[in-house]
Amino acid sequence: MGHTDYNIGMLDVVLEVRDLRVLRGERTVLKKINLWLGAGQYLELRGANGSGKTSLLRAVAGLLPIEAGGVFWRSAPLATDRSAFRSESIYLGHDAPLKADFSAIENLHYWIGLRRPLQRQEIEAALTKVGLPAAAQLRPTRQLSAGQRRRVSLAALLLARVRLWLLDEPTTQLDADGQAMFAGLVEEHLRGGGIAVAAMHAPLTPAPAAKQELVLAAA
Amino acid sequence: MDFTWFHRLGSPPYIYRLSERLSPWFGWSAAILIAAGLYGGLVLAPPDYQQGDGFRIIYVHAPSAWLSLMVYSCMATAAAVGLIWRMKVAHAMAASCAGVGAAFTAVSLITGMLWGKPMWGTYWVWDPRLTAQLILLFLFFGYMALRASYDDTSRADRLSAWLAVIGMVNVPIVRFSVEWWNSLHQSPSVMKLARASMPASMLVPLLLMLAGFTVFFLAFLSVRLRAEVLRREKHSAWVREMVANA
Amino acid sequence: MRHFRLLLTRDLRLAVRRPGQTLLPIGFFAMVTALFPLALSPRLEELRAIAPGVLWVGALLAALLSLDHLLRDDAADGTLEQLVAGSESLLSLVLAKVAAHWLMTGLPLALLAPLLGAGLGVPVAAMPGVIMALVLGTVCLSLLGAAAAALTLGARRGGILLTLLTLPLAVPVVIFGARATKLTIEGGSAAGAFYLLAAVAVLTLTLAPLATAAVLRIAVE
Repeated sequence: MGHTDYNIGMLDVVLEVRDLRVLRGERTVLKKINLWLGAGQYLELRGANGSGKTSLLRAVAGLLPIEAGGVFWRSAPLATDRSAFRSESIYLGHDAPLKADFSAIENLHYWIGLRRPLQRQEIEAALTKVGLPAAAQLRPTRQLSAGQRRRVSLAALLLARVRLWLLDEPTTQLDADGQAMFAGLVEEHLRGGGIAVAAMHAPLTPAPAAKQELVLAAA
Repeated sequence: MDFTWFHRLGSPPYIYRLSERLSPWFGWSAAILIAAGLYGGLVLAPPDYQQGDGFRIIYVHAPSAWLSLMVYSCMATAAAVGLIWRMKVAHAMAASCAGVGAAFTAVSLITGMLWGKPMWGTYWVWDPRLTAQLILLFLFFGYMALRASYDDTSRADRLSAWLAVIGMVNVPIVRFSVEWWNSLHQSPSVMKLARASMPASMLVPLLLMLAGFTVFFLAFLSVRLRAEVLRREKHSAWVREMVANA
Repeated sequence: MRHFRLLLTRDLRLAVRRPGQTLLPIGFFAMVTALFPLALSPRLEELRAIAPGVLWVGALLAALLSLDHLLRDDAADGTLEQLVAGSESLLSLVLAKVAAHWLMTGLPLALLAPLLGAGLGVPVAAMPGVIMALVLGTVCLSLLGAAAAALTLGARRGGILLTLLTLPLAVPVVIFGARATKLTIEGGSAAGAFYLLAAVAVLTLTLAPLATAAVLRIAVE
């Protein structure tokens, strides 16, 4: 794809954040953030409320302007070229971007369908995998519980088939079963060479083998 | 080419000091020009053969109408510079223009209405120029309201800059459409003197007033810009240093 | 193109699922125009003189009423973030949203106008012209309104601000559109007014979506 991954020690760096500084209004929420991630790695962002976990994810996803420093995807700076990064990453925010009037299947058809064409069977398989019963797949999502809605957005991760997951508290609203299911999804994603960055309140259990942790302190 | 001057203009302390140095010059020359223009226009110039002394309101009306458009262009240009080169000082400049621009527009509307009363017997006629000024006033209000409804200065800067740029495309189209709309009703404009050519005794004071208002705008802008830069840079080292040394 | 179609069908389907929200502006338009005869006079000759103004102001207000939903729902549930962060061409998505808005509001308003116009004494011969003018005009209103809606997405008091920003931008559209309608009703040659209206529509179609896309990137921050 034009850009080559480069090595730091044993690691092929795919995502790099260098000296990142991010402002919200006039306040500095992040400064001097450095991180390197390679294939199969999981980074957990920890820190109190307001420590900038969401801002870091959003800055990497291109939703917040970067004041200083840079984000690099396969050695290419995102400030100048986002197109490869855009099609190889997905950001999942606090709220699942679901339309209450659409069923889970319809929602995924339009949401992930904008990234790549989808078959209905694919969508159903993904929803079944995240534990949404067949009957619930067809109901308007306003009738689903918060945990079920969260599962729908996890299905979106599977359907997007991208290398980088940027996740903002993906396990809130999930029951114990759901948490374990999510840990399994992450593990599988990493085994396939994927990368995941997740802002978490409590550590993901069971923790993936290639786990790193970044604890953010309020700037 | 040497572009260092352009980079210097992007530096808040440089702009702050530059406008501090310039503002007395602008202020005094505005005072002198306006005083001379007023004396020439209100005392020396002969009354108009059709409109009598009523025409003298042109010495306030025309310069403020001219300035309202010029300020809008300045604002939109500064906003565009701010968007393109991500220059915060340019955004500060655009923000400083809005209030004074709205004031000039309002003055041109009020003086236009006062002029209309003796000429037409009514304060408001749907004269194309008055109508266009009214819409310009709404544009200024929209810009200021948009800024005021965002707490985050950086977002307010960039969003209002887009509005200013969109408005800049809109202003000439509005002017044209209003002229075209009005031409179909054949109502002659009030805001023109009966004679095409003005004698020098009338024209010179008008030009003095135009120059005076323009320099007054620059004086006002340099003061306003300083306040705006100071507000935005209140946490920066150079402001602290300046306050400590004061 | 696939993106455009997909988002367009999504928005249309959503509109069908929420008939109340979709029909509200159209009902509003019908009510406002029906109020004029009641407030003014039932005499068709009198009404005919003000018909263009009534139709255009009514259409403008109805379009404004619906603009608030154009982006706000998508912004509230995070869909807009997904569109900005994940799509290659934000411009085609902006065009799709505007097209959906126009199909759901502008086009029905234009098609309803002859019916309401008949109640205002508009002659049958003038109906195609009335529809044509409103088609062009509502396209402009949807495009301009989308830009204004994007500007006010994160603002306090977004709804009122949206109106304040859109109205000055819409002045040329209203002037040319109402004039074209009036000349058509009076049986005169409306070609000049139509050309000007079409010129404004082309200009708006070229520039407004670019601005909207750029503003959306700032708005989701």
